Amino acid sequence: MFNSLFKYLSRRFHQWGSPKYFYEYASRWLPWLAFFSTMILMFGLVWGLAFAPPDYQQGDSFRIIYIHVPAASLGMSIYVFMAIASVVSWVWKIKLADMLAKSCAPLGAVFTAIALITGAIWGKPTWGTWWEWDARLTSMLILFFLYMGIIALRSAINQREIAAQATGVLALVGLINLPIIKYSVDWWNTLHQSATFKLLEKPAMPPEMWLPLLISLLGFYCLFAWLVLFYTRNEILEREAKSQWLRAQVLK
Amino acid sequence: MHPIRRRRFILILISLASVACAVALVLSALGENLNHFYPPQEILQGKAPEGRTIRVGGMVVKGSLKRVPSSLQLTFIITDFKADVLVKYAGILPDLFREGQGVVVVGKLLPDHVVMAEQVLAKHDEKYMPPEAAEALRRAKKI
Repeated sequence: MFNSLFKYLSRRFHQWGSPKYFYEYASRWLPWLAFFSTMILMFGLVWGLAFAPPDYQQGDSFRIIYIHVPAASLGMSIYVFMAIASVVSWVWKIKLADMLAKSCAPLGAVFTAIALITGAIWGKPTWGTWWEWDARLTSMLILFFLYMGIIALRSAINQREIAAQATGVLALVGLINLPIIKYSVDWWNTLHQSATFKLLEKPAMPPEMWLPLLISLLGFYCLFAWLVLFYTRNEILEREAKSQWLRAQVLK
Repeated sequence: MHPIRRRRFILILISLASVACAVALVLSALGENLNHFYPPQEILQGKAPEGRTIRVGGMVVKGSLKRVPSSLQLTFIITDFKADVLVKYAGILPDLFREGQGVVVVGKLLPDHVVMAEQVLAKHDEKYMPPEAAEALRRAKKI
């Protein structure tokens, strides 16, 4: 039974690895993802920024959490996704995995930058400073530099296969930074507070505050799914420009 | 898995594990240097250098904030519930500065465990609450 399940999964895996199959599915899903991410994001952000109650200490400046937390969470999740794609591309030499990894890097960099900027804007009125070199803020800045390094490395190498390998190595090494970001607030004394959302624990805020945050989080992840499919499809268009099936698709 | 793929995969796992070990060693070697601030107890134990800019973090003791009339000078005491440190400061406090709240003070350590602050940063925790809930909580505590 396990054998047949493994065979089924393996077949699916290779099917998904084919640019043709991915292109068809991505084209079908893109409008839906665009629609849902816009709707969910609008709903979550309007609820959070306009209707959720203010914080008893910080007042309205607390509302930036509805952008800051999803962007930071996405900046880290995209990195994990990118590193997994790099491993798949390296071990199985699946081209599509490398295209996914390539599309992830600029998106991750943008979301990390949003987290850093909103964090600074939030820090000024609450902590009294734009920036402090505490462990959380510094490790998040390193994440941003890792993304920039990966983008720069890829654009510096002309040969695709070597670029895939080199960026894959860098992505894997940088993976070490993620647990450091996550646990920095628990391991060391930091200015940054610890996590409000924890797995297996009740959130440290009432439902009328965490519900819009959860929706906004979902909206940001949908937005990422939409953008990553969009960019990967573009990458397929570029790399497979000479193939018959793509011409047939595009000229259809 | 195909033998070549398995070899590549194992190679990746080994290199990832070794990088993780190296980073763990570096972090444990850096140890407490990565802490953003000293708690008052470590100040009293003499772990913080005198005369250099340091950070001290703790809770502002209730009722300890004293202002010098018609100036920006003030003093307050911060505690980690094991030791207390007196802080002198001249300047504007952040909005979130309150007695009973966490702060991080940037400044120089004077003799007698007094900190001359150049900057006061307010720290807040990860708990958020609407004002009504906080009010209800406060009333419940009084009763």
